[in-house]
Amino acid sequence: MVSLPAMNDLHSAFGQALGLVADGDATLGNIVLLSLRVSLTAVALAALVGLPLGALLAVARFPGRGGVVVALNALMGLPPVVAGLLIYLLLSRSGPLGPLGLLFTPTAMVIAQALLIAPILAALARQVLEAMWEEYAEQLRSFGAGPWRAVPTLLWDGRFALLTVLLAGFGRASAEVGAVMIVGGNIEGFTRVMTTAIALETSKGDLPLALALGMVLMAIVLTVNALAQGLRDIAARQAG
Amino acid sequence: MRAPEAILPLRAEGLGFSADGVAILKGIGLTIEAGRPTLVIGPNGAGKSVLLRLLHRLLPPTTGHVTWDGPAADPRRHQAMVFQRPVLLRRSVLANLRYPLALAGLDRAEQDRRAAEALALVGLAPLADRPARKLSGGEQQRLALARAAALRPEVLFLDEPCASLDPAATRAVEETLQALAARGTKLVMATHDLAQARRLAGDVAFLHRGRLLEHAPAARFFAAPATAEAAAFLRGELLW
Amino acid sequence: MFRRLILAAALALATPAFAQERSITVASTTSTEQSGLFGHILPIFTRETGIAVRVVALGTGQALDVGRRGDADVVFVHDRVAEQRFVREGHGLERQHVMFNDFVIVGPEADPAGIAGSRDTAAALKRIAESRAPFISRGDRSGTHAAELRLWQQAGVDPASGRGVWYREIGQGMGPTLNTAAAQGAYAMTDRGTWLSFRNRQGLRIVVEGDARLFNQYGVMLVNPARHAHVKREDGQRFIDWIVSPAGQAAIAGYKINGEQLFFPNAAQAEPGA
Repeated sequence: MVSLPAMNDLHSAFGQALGLVADGDATLGNIVLLSLRVSLTAVALAALVGLPLGALLAVARFPGRGGVVVALNALMGLPPVVAGLLIYLLLSRSGPLGPLGLLFTPTAMVIAQALLIAPILAALARQVLEAMWEEYAEQLRSFGAGPWRAVPTLLWDGRFALLTVLLAGFGRASAEVGAVMIVGGNIEGFTRVMTTAIALETSKGDLPLALALGMVLMAIVLTVNALAQGLRDIAARQAG
Repeated sequence: MRAPEAILPLRAEGLGFSADGVAILKGIGLTIEAGRPTLVIGPNGAGKSVLLRLLHRLLPPTTGHVTWDGPAADPRRHQAMVFQRPVLLRRSVLANLRYPLALAGLDRAEQDRRAAEALALVGLAPLADRPARKLSGGEQQRLALARAAALRPEVLFLDEPCASLDPAATRAVEETLQALAARGTKLVMATHDLAQARRLAGDVAFLHRGRLLEHAPAARFFAAPATAEAAAFLRGELLW
Repeated sequence: MFRRLILAAALALATPAFAQERSITVASTTSTEQSGLFGHILPIFTRETGIAVRVVALGTGQALDVGRRGDADVVFVHDRVAEQRFVREGHGLERQHVMFNDFVIVGPEADPAGIAGSRDTAAALKRIAESRAPFISRGDRSGTHAAELRLWQQAGVDPASGRGVWYREIGQGMGPTLNTAAAQGAYAMTDRGTWLSFRNRQGLRIVVEGDARLFNQYGVMLVNPARHAHVKREDGQRFIDWIVSPAGQAAIAGYKINGEQLFFPNAAQAEPGA
């Protein structure tokens, strides 16, 4: 008896999720598009910084490197709310970057998510590429390639492993709510993404709708992962 | 006869190397002249690989020094090295050949010319577009050899290049080595395979327990070794 | 192949963006957003003026902070004391009455404090404290939280004495507070609008309503452009002028859930003590 309402909620959530997708609801469509756009842009931005940084840490030996690696690994656990607050204070009109007027815009959300996942990309890339560097180091040095030249070589040769790293970053970005809520403001039709919409419906007590949105989000993340893996497999077969 | 970019002769004086306080090489004095291949032989653990790495500057010596007495300004550009286990980039066969050539600053046309020539040398031309790491072990080592040869080095270091190969693959590699030697490349090769040393050597450097016990023309070394250790090694007795 | 894919992805992401339109940012409260009021009235305003309104819904305290930092053009909240201080300190221009709704106290079916049907908030709160029945507080410096604290004071009860035992502050918005009360079979104070649109009631129901002390006044003000030069003075003022105009007031009165009106426009009333 007790579990009946919960079962009904689950059932109705599933039905609603299917209904939302089947209807091609325009509002939902825009939210999905914005979610994808924000998180993919954040991944691209974070990759631009994080992957070379990870590769550099994999090849470079300098005093304090151990400390940097530990710090980076710790930053992987940076709470989204903290990342959000940092960016909020930076972008607020009263903050150092206030004149840019970026707070409560999708751009601010991209920046916050990029800050959140850049350390993840860097730390994971370092791990993946350090193993490769152990194999490559002597041969590249024999070719006369120093650490700076080794960075792009490792990034290119590690491209398939790094795709998985990027997907991990994308997963984290698209799933987080704390940072985008703070810097985006969850403004309807402008900065509302899947996770903030889920949080909103949860606070309105519409748990089935929130769960339905969650299912749609999971389906999107699954699709992106499947697409990326599929492309990876095709490319890997061609390039080894 | 000596080209202005020649780097030989190579002179090592008082060369020693220790790792974690353990001496691996001690007091090596050696001069390597242009000409037929120099074979570095000796039992396992004698320090052959380390000697090659010191000569090729992959390792910094603990004592002594290595000098190139030829007139070339940048000796590094005129050497290459092939390792026991080929280190191939995760790219196509052709891209592996191009990589060091691009690093050496050759233009694309010259890269392609040299790559084609090197592929023909080792008989891998039909496999140019295959992923390098999907080749067989023998093919991979021939590719590594071709890659080194394409650089047209004056000196080519080889660290037990056939140690992991079957007899057929070994013969293919040796044929290539003969061809390179014939066209004037100085080979400096470590091996523990006496038969191979007899087939290829112009002169022999015999290492035992981190010391250079003999350096002599091959004919004299094999006919009348000057030390008891070399004589025992030639008789096939285990030496430690 | 791979190289081309990366290129394509980069191009797709680089295509511009997040279209810019004529818009203002309004810092407001969860009660106005989550009750659906904004969803009803803002499209009317945008249709008439071409100005899009971006609402950041927070607790009143946070919404005023956003205004103080200059991150919104207009503040639309419900804590008169805090709003007056906001204006007095020069963060905002003239505050205007917009509308009111009322708070209600909701509680579990079992009603352990025995207050159902009461119209006397002070007595009811006193009973809750005496019976040590669980009470969920917003605890988030919101307008509702401020109003709740004033009511405890009027009841002569210091809820802090029950903190962590029967008085539970969760530091979250109205919705999470109701979710928590529903889950724990506890009492809570909520604005009627959020309550009416709240879906996850389980056994919760209204136990106290209709007390004059539960009156909840909303005010609107422009963030001071003298402090924050980028404030969209003209468009922000246009919004304020509209929402207190007969058209705006009619739009507010026209918002109903299940035939029940949630907010009662009263812009015509002068700000008392102004």
